[in-house]
Amino acid sequence: MPLPRTTADGHPIMFVQGNEACVQGAIAAGCRFFAGYPITPSSEIAEGMSRELPKIGGTFIQMEDEIASIAAIIGGSAAGAKSMTATSGPGFSLMQENIGYAYIVEIPIVIINVQRGGPSTGLPTKLSQSDTMQARWGTHGDYTAIAIAPSSIQEVYDMTIDAFNLAEKYSTPVILLMDELIGHMREKLILKHDCELELRERCLPEVPTEWYVPYKSQTNLVSHPAPFGMGYRYSVTGLIHDTTGFPTQISAEIKSNLESIRNKIITHRQDIWKWQEYYTEDMKYLIIAYGSAARAARDAIETMRAKRIKVGLIELKTIWPFPDNPIKKLAYHTKAVFVAENNMGQLIHPVREVLPERIDIIGVQRYDGRPLEPMEIIRAVKEEIYA
Amino acid sequence: MHKLPEVYDYLRWRKRFPTVWCSGCGIGSITGAIIRVVRSLGFDKDNVTLISGIGCSSRIPIYVDFNTLHTTHGRALPFATGVKLVNPEMNVIVVSGDGDALAIGGNHFIHAARRNIGVTLILVNNSIYGMTGGQVAPTTPIDAIAHTAPYGNIDPPFDAVQLALSSGATFVARSTVYHIIQTENYLKKAFQHKGFALVEIISQCPVLFGRLNKMPDPVDMIMSQKENAVNLVKAKKMTEEELKGKIITGIFREDNSKVEYTESYAHLIQRVQNQNEF
Repeated sequence: MPLPRTTADGHPIMFVQGNEACVQGAIAAGCRFFAGYPITPSSEIAEGMSRELPKIGGTFIQMEDEIASIAAIIGGSAAGAKSMTATSGPGFSLMQENIGYAYIVEIPIVIINVQRGGPSTGLPTKLSQSDTMQARWGTHGDYTAIAIAPSSIQEVYDMTIDAFNLAEKYSTPVILLMDELIGHMREKLILKHDCELELRERCLPEVPTEWYVPYKSQTNLVSHPAPFGMGYRYSVTGLIHDTTGFPTQISAEIKSNLESIRNKIITHRQDIWKWQEYYTEDMKYLIIAYGSAARAARDAIETMRAKRIKVGLIELKTIWPFPDNPIKKLAYHTKAVFVAENNMGQLIHPVREVLPERIDIIGVQRYDGRPLEPMEIIRAVKEEIYA
Repeated sequence: MHKLPEVYDYLRWRKRFPTVWCSGCGIGSITGAIIRVVRSLGFDKDNVTLISGIGCSSRIPIYVDFNTLHTTHGRALPFATGVKLVNPEMNVIVVSGDGDALAIGGNHFIHAARRNIGVTLILVNNSIYGMTGGQVAPTTPIDAIAHTAPYGNIDPPFDAVQLALSSGATFVARSTVYHIIQTENYLKKAFQHKGFALVEIISQCPVLFGRLNKMPDPVDMIMSQKENAVNLVKAKKMTEEELKGKIITGIFREDNSKVEYTESYAHLIQRVQNQNEF
């Protein structure tokens, strides 16, 4: 086997697909348990994990379906391992009930969704961003989700690590929203050395076992239920529970359970939010996009800037919790905001919710399974300017 | 002073009792049996994880002092698979009702058996959906009345033992709540078995199944378990006609020759790591 190429300072360089970068990121982040079910366009992640995990003593299992896959990784995480699954639209739909379970029992897991066209079997081999809303509202009941989205292969690697860190920090499921284009596209990937990785490990209790209260927030509103086998035996249930983990029907306890899984994320949203701005200093028009659509938007603004059109871009890395304040601030002095996405208009809804009525909000949407092209965005901006 | 029975050491002192179970239900006896067997085997409480789905019997984990995971309907076995794979030393026990394990969780049941993962499944079979109020189950006998089969059930019932045997389970047994000593013996063997173990326990639901089927007295139901139970050895000599309505009990399979799943994964890891060394 040829030796991998390295950068001048010794970092391995790879030329890989997004799905392969995701595997590298997961292994680097400390993922030691993967349960999954094959589905296009995410199967390369399961394949990669089945190859890599045994090498480092981790465990891979192909389950009988996606429902079992997500159940297994919640079980694996409850037993103490950083755990992950990967899927696409139909599988993501099947997982929803147990994702809700992970929210309420506050067990950290990472779910990779390489989005494809839907509804139903949809477009297995084509790209889409049509699970944007499902990532937020997919399971029944009230909860708050964390979903993050990369737009390059390097970012897939970095943000897979981020996803594990966020999951451990907030003891909650984290969804990495990729799309078929990001999953299958090949680009340069520079791996980090182990010593450069900032990894968050499971927050373990320090109190004597008899004092232990699993769902009483230990630090910063977040409770970290202890892994099984440490001596902290408590009730884990998908029923609304009190701080000890027992089912409850008392109003105050019901409210406090629901509020705790919301507040731990909402209160720390500033810490979770990540985004990147391009040409926003003097812009009159703002484009909002994420993932593969943001790549088209970046190209589009370069072309428009060359023609002195004052347009800027905010590329969202965090989709949920929705970065409302940064968008509000950026959009405040603009004339119009364009939401570019590969679906029939999903991200546009929270944008409408946060911006005042005087700002025009225009959707640039493509939903034929092909990537959004820069020209489509440019055309939409020009139409607005010369209308 | 009155001395508390040993099972109290295994109940959660913080939990507000009584339990959710109706009087006359068989699940309390089964909970006691599980605790007595775990105690007699000397398992460390920290080293036992009790996992369940949804249903009456799935409430057992709430009350007992082990690591417990009360999960979603039908999915206890895949959760258990995750726990066992990450911590193969853990004694993983799943309690599941007939609806939970054979209807919504049927697929997980056959696949856990196929893999021969070291999990014991205690299948509490009361022939009905108790928690939701008496609807027909995949184990309800033909012609029995249920709230969703008001004119009599026409769906043929599942035989969980035969299903487990054909799916590759390596320990399969059936007992009843009446035969609680026998049940404990089977549980003892199952908990020590390396591989997937099924212990089906025929239980009674006097409040729903009994009331709808002219047997509202729990004592009558328990006695019918006594009368209808036929040991496997005796059953082999009986005709199909004679076995109608009978409960065949006994150990149907105890096969220690098959490798348990987490063990074979450990072998795989070893093989891969040896290959990678040179």
